[in-house]
Amino acid sequence: MTQEAKKDKKFTMTLPADELMACGHLACQGCGATLAMRYMLKAVGQKAILCIPACCWAVIDGPYPYSSMDVPIYHCAFETAASTATGVKAGLEMTGDTGTTVVAWAGDGGTFDIGIQALSGAAERNEDIIYVCYDNEAYMNTGIQRSSATPFGAWTTTTPVKHFKNRPKKDIVAIMAAHKIPYVATASVAYPEDFVRKMKKAKEIKGTRFFHVYAPCPTGWKSRPDDTIKLARMAVQIGYFPLIEIENGEKTTLNMMIKQRKPVDEYLRLQGRFRHLQPEQVAAIQAQIDTRWEHLLRGCTV
Amino acid sequence: MKKVIMGNHALSYGAMLSRAQVISAYPITPQTQVVELLSEMCADGTLNAQFIKVESEHSAMASCIGASAAGARAFTATSSQGLALMHEMLHWAGGGRHPIVMGEVNRSMAPGWSIWADQNDSLSQRDTGWMQFYCASNQEVLDTVIQAFKVAETLMLPAMVILDAFALSHTYEVVDVPDQALVDKFLPPFKPAIKLDPADPRAFGGLTGSEHYMELRYKLEKDMEKAPALIEETGREYEKLFGRRLGLIDPYRCEDADFVFVTSGTAGYTARVAVDELRASGVKAGNLRMKLFRPFPFQAVREVLAKVKKAAVVDRNCSYGAGGIFYQEVKSAVYGWPGMPPILGYVTGLGGRDITTDSFKEIAAHAAARDRADEEIVWIGVKK
Repeated sequence: MTQEAKKDKKFTMTLPADELMACGHLACQGCGATLAMRYMLKAVGQKAILCIPACCWAVIDGPYPYSSMDVPIYHCAFETAASTATGVKAGLEMTGDTGTTVVAWAGDGGTFDIGIQALSGAAERNEDIIYVCYDNEAYMNTGIQRSSATPFGAWTTTTPVKHFKNRPKKDIVAIMAAHKIPYVATASVAYPEDFVRKMKKAKEIKGTRFFHVYAPCPTGWKSRPDDTIKLARMAVQIGYFPLIEIENGEKTTLNMMIKQRKPVDEYLRLQGRFRHLQPEQVAAIQAQIDTRWEHLLRGCTV
Repeated sequence: MKKVIMGNHALSYGAMLSRAQVISAYPITPQTQVVELLSEMCADGTLNAQFIKVESEHSAMASCIGASAAGARAFTATSSQGLALMHEMLHWAGGGRHPIVMGEVNRSMAPGWSIWADQNDSLSQRDTGWMQFYCASNQEVLDTVIQAFKVAETLMLPAMVILDAFALSHTYEVVDVPDQALVDKFLPPFKPAIKLDPADPRAFGGLTGSEHYMELRYKLEKDMEKAPALIEETGREYEKLFGRRLGLIDPYRCEDADFVFVTSGTAGYTARVAVDELRASGVKAGNLRMKLFRPFPFQAVREVLAKVKKAAVVDRNCSYGAGGIFYQEVKSAVYGWPGMPPILGYVTGLGGRDITTDSFKEIAAHAAARDRADEEIVWIGVKK
């Protein structure tokens, strides 16, 4: 906490002050994934081990022999975040360490696509790990190729404007909840208090805990770096990325009720990846959001 | 204690006596009983280990790597397609310097679907940074697992203990199962110098630029080169306690032989019978059974071959377009060394086809008429 903040009696710091992530990392300007890591570590603390597969964070941490993190990291293969973390947890327990939190930390490619088999396997066995997917809605580390987390309408280098993504985003939260694991949550870098609260809650739960974290990518979204938080906040407020928790695959809680949801237009307008969309396509996206929101409200406690 | 056990269970007992702490495996014929018995041992407390019942072989190796990185002794077993599915992670275990031991039941690759023996599965993994031990008896399987852990953990390199599908995996033999206290004396607990530890945070396996990568691989190669001497030394130590040792090769009647077969796996024992029969008919034959394939025991092989007039390498595998893999490697081991005999190559026994004493006699007769190999790969036992 800064000296100025301490002097300001109206200022209350709700997030842990500890920083386990150092400056000098290799993220792009305005990277949402970097904030996601920072908040996760504030919540989980130093007694943690990360398993990071191929993804932006495989680079952000810094090259061998450096690391910008004050926790151990195992850089694992693309599709193995969940299975490597499973082994790390078992290895720790067998060597007498039962208090360390093991976190698998993967992007949407390593989670929604290539890593889903290992993730599903770990969740079915209810392995005692926290799995965090930071979702920037494409393969950003290899240069903006579509993933199954890429939303309808978006441009990527493999879904060019003439053939933009014409399928909806895979509903990873529903898939993970269907495994009946103890805890599934969404979180956003625009709402760090909500993120940290949920992560602290998850840390106390035994079994597989899954986080879907919304992490904008200015490079891939063709958005301004200083719009990252704005976009992340808008995604929640338009109902595109609701903040929820699902416990044991059954009890769904909506953490933030949005009574007056704004239309999707401005959210799309701030991102170059949607620039090509025609009004009818924007209307289709709005309709998808409305349908999912209504579906969510029917099934959850608020 | 002497027990009559199948080769697969010899692997399980080896892992148990080595006090493996994490076992992560997926069943595949003909490896299945390895993990079934280990699963029972973990469930009833015979073995104090966590058994991770993963959803694929790829995940099996990934979680063994995670467990090993966390400082635990890890074991798995697989075969054929399962090993192929693991291939990416074998590089990870080798390059990441994780001393995992894996039982590998040699089974042919599909298509066509085959559950029977040949070596193309394990030999396809020769460049992944794993040691490879080829076994010819259930006793050797069990003894090799224990010694492989010791060598692997000294060098921080993974090791495969390889046995033929059905010829060993499902064949029951008398095996002397060593006393646990003696094994504990031989094999101390795994204590890596560095591991995943929040009190000493380090990043493993990160992005590595061209200014560092080559040095990491150089160290791997240099440590691999230490293995033959270490295996011999470890074998002598094991022999003092248990009366048996691992060794790099298993020569049979090679001392005064004019002609030797070079073999591996169970074919090596069939070759012994053929050698005796050939000797009875006047051919001074011998057999050089390869136990270690990676690292390649260059010196040991050269010492044997320097004394003979001709050698025939009998491969239960084929690198299509270049012939048997042991053949290529044996040839390269003797190339340029003075006094070495002609090396001839033969492929046989693929997909579980029997390799019999007649196969060896056919090879000996064929080899007798040749002074050097040409490019044509000679196949033995192919139906016309």
